[in-house]
Amino acid sequence: MSTSLQRGINAFKEQIDTPTASFFNSCVRCGMCADACLFYQTTGDPKYTPINKVEPLRRVWQQEYTFWGRFAKALGLSKPVNEDFLEEWQELLYNSCTLCGRCSMICPVGNDISYMIRKAREGMVQAGYAPAGLKTASINAVEFGGPMKIPFETFKKQCDAASRETGLEIPIDKEGADYLLMMSSSEIMQFNEFIGACAQMFDQAGLDWTFSSESFEATNSGMQMGSSDIAGQLVQRIADAAEKLKVKYVISPECGHAYTALRWEGPNLIGRKYNFKVKHILEVLNELVDEGRLELADQEMERMTLHDPCQLVRKGGVIEQPVKLAKMVVSDYVEMPDQGKWNWCCGGGGGVSANEDANELQTTAFKIKKQQIESIGVKHLITSCSNCRNVIEEALEEYEMDVEVYGLSEMLAEHIKIDKKPQESES
Amino acid sequence: METMELLAWAKGPGLAIATTIFLVGVAVRFLEMLMLGRKQDLSEARVENSGAYGWRTIVTRTVPDLSQVSDHIALIAGYVFHIGFFLILIFYEPHMLLFKSVLGFGWPVLPMWLIDGITLLTMVAMLVALYVRLTDPVRRFLSRFSDYFAWLVTFLPIFTGYLAYHRLLLPYNEMLVVHILSVLLLMVVFPFTKLMHFFTLFMSRWYNGQMAGRKGVKV
Repeated sequence: MSTSLQRGINAFKEQIDTPTASFFNSCVRCGMCADACLFYQTTGDPKYTPINKVEPLRRVWQQEYTFWGRFAKALGLSKPVNEDFLEEWQELLYNSCTLCGRCSMICPVGNDISYMIRKAREGMVQAGYAPAGLKTASINAVEFGGPMKIPFETFKKQCDAASRETGLEIPIDKEGADYLLMMSSSEIMQFNEFIGACAQMFDQAGLDWTFSSESFEATNSGMQMGSSDIAGQLVQRIADAAEKLKVKYVISPECGHAYTALRWEGPNLIGRKYNFKVKHILEVLNELVDEGRLELADQEMERMTLHDPCQLVRKGGVIEQPVKLAKMVVSDYVEMPDQGKWNWCCGGGGGVSANEDANELQTTAFKIKKQQIESIGVKHLITSCSNCRNVIEEALEEYEMDVEVYGLSEMLAEHIKIDKKPQESES
Repeated sequence: METMELLAWAKGPGLAIATTIFLVGVAVRFLEMLMLGRKQDLSEARVENSGAYGWRTIVTRTVPDLSQVSDHIALIAGYVFHIGFFLILIFYEPHMLLFKSVLGFGWPVLPMWLIDGITLLTMVAMLVALYVRLTDPVRRFLSRFSDYFAWLVTFLPIFTGYLAYHRLLLPYNEMLVVHILSVLLLMVVFPFTKLMHFFTLFMSRWYNGQMAGRKGVKV
């Protein structure tokens, strides 16, 4: 056995805990999880049945942690966990799972299958079977601070541009501020109106906030790939920056996985509790609206719907706020079928969009979202995750659909009553 | 060995051995699981009582969201055979009397004509479930030898009980022996097959519900 394979098996073993064993013991192979999976639903291929994707973890569990499994292994009767097997499962564990977690909602015996996928990926990374795209993104994140290698100078330029546009100072490294705002790479490079939007709303609401020059990117490809080491390093940087600036809150950007990584996995990844709290940008904006610190000036008149990001809603618990804010800002709001915790994934979460091997499958998986959008006949869609936004925009182009996509925070900024106009702030 | 001797063995030492294997086996399987442990979650929970969400899921997961399930026939067959199996096991008079002899107390039972009907329905439901497993692409793909084996050892007690009661195929006493032996087989293999889900599903639902509950999501 090669060293990397042994390392992989050890990593699988290390991941297996009481819930995992309980889940494997409970599975009756009823196949209901296939109903919940967008990859099975759009391809009809049984290999994409969620529980099948965690077969490597199951085999290790059976052979290492069950009486008959150990017995069978000793007699050489068990199916091997070897290189060929793991190579075959790379596609299933990475290309065809967005960690959306719908399967965990449907399983009649209560198995949290996406919890196990996340764990199985740890073993795959150690055995050397992580997809190239995710490895590159993770290396970039560790070495250059983000998957897109954005240096602080570039970020600073975007902040300066937002400052010129809004007439507001963009605070950087302000010690003792209440809030530290984090970004995702695509918000810095593609959807950079996000910076100005936040600055305007925060200024209007009188929020004491800052960026950090040492850590401004919160996406976490380490978590998506399944490397707790890398994921932990990325979270540590944010925690260090937050604690150095002595902020009370860290705001996750409109990126579902960044939120999950920071809010739910983060403390476990760095091995300690934070000295600050984590909130998603929409949680913060919703609070500001509730407290009357942000008011609406006018509404969006087009017919619009909302796409719920899985990591924010089903996996993150920010369920009510996006709908409430969207309904507030859009006069003709149409509900997406299966809105809320049963939402369907865009097809590009969980590292799929960073994984070139999965491009074709990702486009196929979008068919559910496509059908949903068509069924309600909207031409405008709002979401609150920059990755969803990228994935949806690309897929809409691929399927030649005439639908515009917006970020919810930016849309709010456009319709919020702003007292201080740019020219006034100059004087 | 004569039929009556075999019957006496099955009801006496046989049952004792099977019960021991069943109980020790289940205990060992639970130890196997519990000894693995679980890391403390250091993230700040959104709710104080995430455990309550676990208990909630134990109940709610019993009924799926029908709009999310495609194969309603398999679903109905699943319900019918699970419910039928337990009704027969607990509310058929001779079964109740056996439990009473061990536990020291009894309970009201269902009339025989009803048990007979339930038994037929349960067998039909199990055959439908088997048909689905053999023909539906997903179920067929997922199924291993152990799934068919678990089906067989569950089906046999119901089937042989039905045959014995109606005096079919074999004389009553002989069929009764086959029936009891099939029950002993079920008990012996129980801890080492997916039949364990009878116990672990409560644990699994709790973990799932509790972990999502920390985040404020009701699953």
